Amino acid sequence: MYRSLFARDMFAEMDRLQREMQQAYDLSPTIRGFARHGFPAINVGGTPQSIEIYAFAPGVDPATLEVNLERGLLSIAGERKSPLASADAKATAHINERFDGRFSRAITLPDDADPDAVNAQLRDGVLRISVQRRASAQPRRIAVQ
Amino acid sequence: MRNDVQTSPRVSPSTAHTPQQATRYSDVALTPPVDVIEDTNGITLYADLPGVHRDKLNLQIESDTLTIEAESDLSVPEGLTSSHTEVGLARFRRVFTLSKELDTERVSAELSQGVLTLRIPKAQHAQARRIEVQLA
Repeated sequence: MYRSLFARDMFAEMDRLQREMQQAYDLSPTIRGFARHGFPAINVGGTPQSIEIYAFAPGVDPATLEVNLERGLLSIAGERKSPLASADAKATAHINERFDGRFSRAITLPDDADPDAVNAQLRDGVLRISVQRRASAQPRRIAVQ
Repeated sequence: MRNDVQTSPRVSPSTAHTPQQATRYSDVALTPPVDVIEDTNGITLYADLPGVHRDKLNLQIESDTLTIEAESDLSVPEGLTSSHTEVGLARFRRVFTLSKELDTERVSAELSQGVLTLRIPKAQHAQARRIEVQLA
C-alpha cells in the first residue's frame, strides 16, 4: 500500500501524481525500484568540490542508523519505532501517518566521488552526508606549448 | 468522514480569522505526517518536523484550534546545485480542531531529533461514563 511521504493535502497529492506519471513512463527503472514508502526523503545536490546528500529522518535512533559506501553506492538504512508500540493496551491510535519499521535507501554516487572523504552528521532529524570529489577529477587547465 | 463528530455548530464571531482563508503562494508549506494516540488521560500527538529547531517552532491554541507551524533549517553550502529534490519547502504547517474535553491550559510539548511530541490532557471534570445499550 502506498504510504505518502507527507500527509495528504493538495500539494502532496499533486507531487504524488507527478511522481507516478514519471514512473509510468520510465521504461527501465533502477533495479532497486522507487522507494515506495518514501522514508527517509532525500535531497541530493552538488558543488564543484563535493556531493551533498540530505536525508530527512526525524526520530530515528542513531544506534540503528547505518550509512555505508560500497563501490560507489551509498546506502542509508535504519529503523524507527512507532510510539504505539510502547503505549498501553487501552490506547487508541486515531491517526497513524508516520513511517515506522525498517527502511533502506540507496544512492549511486558519480565516478568522481572519493570514498575516503565522506562525512555524515545527524542534527534535528536531518542526516547530512558530504562526499568530497576526487582531487584528480577537478578540471585542470593544460598549457599549450 | 470525520472521526469525532461534534454536535454543536461552530459559531465564529468574526470572519477575519477563519482557517479557510486563501493561502498565498508564500504561505505554502509542507503538511507534516502525525501520529495521534489517545489514552484514558489525554491525547499525545507526534509530528515529523525534520530540521526544525525549537526557536523556529510555533504552537498556537486559539479557542479549539491547534496550529503547528515551523521552519526548518535547510542551510546548504555555497554554490550548491540540486539534482534531486524530494523536500522542496522549508516550512511546515498543520491545523487541528480540538474537542471540548481536552484541557488546553495544560498542554506540554517537546521537540527532539526533529520529532514534536505534544501532550494534551483531558479536563479533570470530564469523567468517562458508560452508557447502557438497551435492546429494543
